[in-house]
Amino acid sequence: MFVFNHYNKNMENSHVIKVEKLVKRFPIGKGEFTALNGIDLQFSRGEFAGLVGPSGSGKTTLLNIVGSLDTPTEGEAFVLDHAVSRLSAKESAWLRRKELGFIFQSYNLLAVHTVFENVEFPLLLLDYTAAERKKMVMDALEWVGITDKAKSKPPQLSGGECQRVAIARAMVKKPSLVLADEPTANLDAANSHNILKTMENLNRDLKTTFLFATHDDKVISYLKRKIYLIDGKVDKDEKIINQ
Amino acid sequence: MKIAIKLAYRNLIGAGLRTWLNVIVLSFSFVVIIWMRGIINGWNRQAKDDMTAWEIGGGQYWHEKYDPFDPFTLSESHAPVPEELIPIINRGEMEPYLISQGTLYPRGRMQTIIVKGINPKQDIFLLPSQKLDTLITDAIPAVTGSIMARNLNITRGDRMMLQWRDAGGTFDATDIVITEIFSANVPNVDQGQIYISLENLQKMMNLPGEATIITYRDGHSPGLTELDGWNHKTKQELTSSVDELIKVKSVGTSVMYVILLLLAMLGIFDTQVLSIFRRQKEIGTYIALGYTRRQVVGLFTVEGTMNAVLAAIVGAFYGIPFLALQAKTGWTMPMDTSDFGMAIAQTLYPAYSAGLVIMTVIVIMFTTMIVSYWPSRRIARMNPTEALRGKIQ
Ligand SMILES: Nc1ncnc2c1ncn2[C@@H]1O[C@H](COP(=O)(O)OP(=O)(O)OP(=O)(O)O)[C@@H](O)[C@H]1O
Ligand SMILES: [Mg+2]
Repeated sequence: MFVFNHYNKNMENSHVIKVEKLVKRFPIGKGEFTALNGIDLQFSRGEFAGLVGPSGSGKTTLLNIVGSLDTPTEGEAFVLDHAVSRLSAKESAWLRRKELGFIFQSYNLLAVHTVFENVEFPLLLLDYTAAERKKMVMDALEWVGITDKAKSKPPQLSGGECQRVAIARAMVKKPSLVLADEPTANLDAANSHNILKTMENLNRDLKTTFLFATHDDKVISYLKRKIYLIDGKVDKDEKIINQ
Repeated sequence: MKIAIKLAYRNLIGAGLRTWLNVIVLSFSFVVIIWMRGIINGWNRQAKDDMTAWEIGGGQYWHEKYDPFDPFTLSESHAPVPEELIPIINRGEMEPYLISQGTLYPRGRMQTIIVKGINPKQDIFLLPSQKLDTLITDAIPAVTGSIMARNLNITRGDRMMLQWRDAGGTFDATDIVITEIFSANVPNVDQGQIYISLENLQKMMNLPGEATIITYRDGHSPGLTELDGWNHKTKQELTSSVDELIKVKSVGTSVMYVILLLLAMLGIFDTQVLSIFRRQKEIGTYIALGYTRRQVVGLFTVEGTMNAVLAAIVGAFYGIPFLALQAKTGWTMPMDTSDFGMAIAQTLYPAYSAGLVIMTVIVIMFTTMIVSYWPSRRIARMNPTEALRGKIQ
């Protein structure tokens, strides 16, 4: 195990995410496709923000770089003061393990494991005792209101329940940042509102920073900050203060 | 590692039928390979035991001119039994026998044979030599083995003429009567030879008190290693031909192991390749949750290798009773082994050693690990974002 240098989780004014002159190009055929074209953004602790824009505007690409699943072509993304492009494979894994939670459009639960085990998984990678893990998992299941399904397996759950399990899995270790890519795309309106309220509450209670990528109006209506992306560029950055 | 094992176990069990198919096929490999190697071990042991009991005892002194592969040396390969051995022979701890050539005329045919003279009262060999004590006027009692009897088409009680040349080169002939036909698994004591009493042969050959080979009882080394004019052959030297033969046969059977393992490994390899392709999203998820790609490679390798662990457990369930039963009842070969021309019993009792089992388990585990690891290396080169989208072809 290694230890991060110069890092303090409680730095109130430091930025959870700082993106500078970020460019991402993908090779296609003989040429290149510019998915992100000079992005400058900063997010503070506790934000409930979203990348909004049409399909192909670069939302997922930006989220992946912030999640250190991908690297910038030019510029830099700092996540909790770590420069994503300079992290080794081990360091970026450690960052995700410790500080980041992911929520995917298709839930990405492990089908052969129970709800409890799915939520427990991130904790297995950290040094918690079985008793600590149990308590944390049960708390997380309670946050999303799904304690009664702890022993079920994902194939037995509805889409809304699956996404709540996924939220519990992302939240169980109380990460600094949760990245959610189209979390409601597979859900009906009632379930969408339900899980959005859940995330809103968690954001309020745990001060976890949320960053969404979405073009769903229901999600957009909950966001406290909306960053409109068009063709890999920030078009508008709207903050709603004191709502 | 603990997490990997736990995850791998859940994933494997979760995969259901496919896992059990792989596990069952692999468990066959375990059981069959251990069984086959047990049979070979058992054969080795049986061949040596039979040789000890029928042919070589605990070791032998050969007359220095004696060459078992050259019958023409027989006229010279005999000498008086050394003085110092006579008391041991009188105690029954050593037995001399004389070997010479002769011609047998069974049912009007003619057959060159080896005649061995042996003490009828000996109990070093299982040979029914006491039947040489049968009192018959005008003929010499003789015993022979079942292969010889079948080749010559003779049975017990048959009478035929034996012709020989004595030490002085004079031809003579007498009738012999077959008083017993024994069956041994040792072709060397059977094919092309008959036994008469040592006394008779010495008289016939005009070689009183002489012998070609002197054998001592198993486990009773006479203490003297060198005798002038005689070559000491230890049991180990005398059975080395068995080791050689079995080594050759083992090479043949290892082709079987390879085929068996190949079949089992094909299933696992295929499952791994398919897994990695079908479970891209899962791989991406592991990475998003904080695994490094190398850890995911490890996870899939452990998962594949666990097939072998489960196979060992499943194999133990039916394999241990089966192998134990085989060791008790033996395996009777479907064909007649006396035609094989080697020391092999009709029924072989497999003998398993801890080393054999451990080696087999290690080899299978290791092979499974390699086969599981090989396709998993691909994960290390996967782009996690593409894996998450499930877009890798
Ligand atoms: N690995 C890749 N190789 C080539 N092009 C890519 C790759 N990943 C993304 N792109 C392209 O980059 C652009 C932005 O993709 P991205 O997935 O970020 O869009 P998005 O805003 O998330 O869209 P959607 O709303 O459809 O999810 C798209 O045009 C896409 O085709
Ligand atoms: Mg997208």
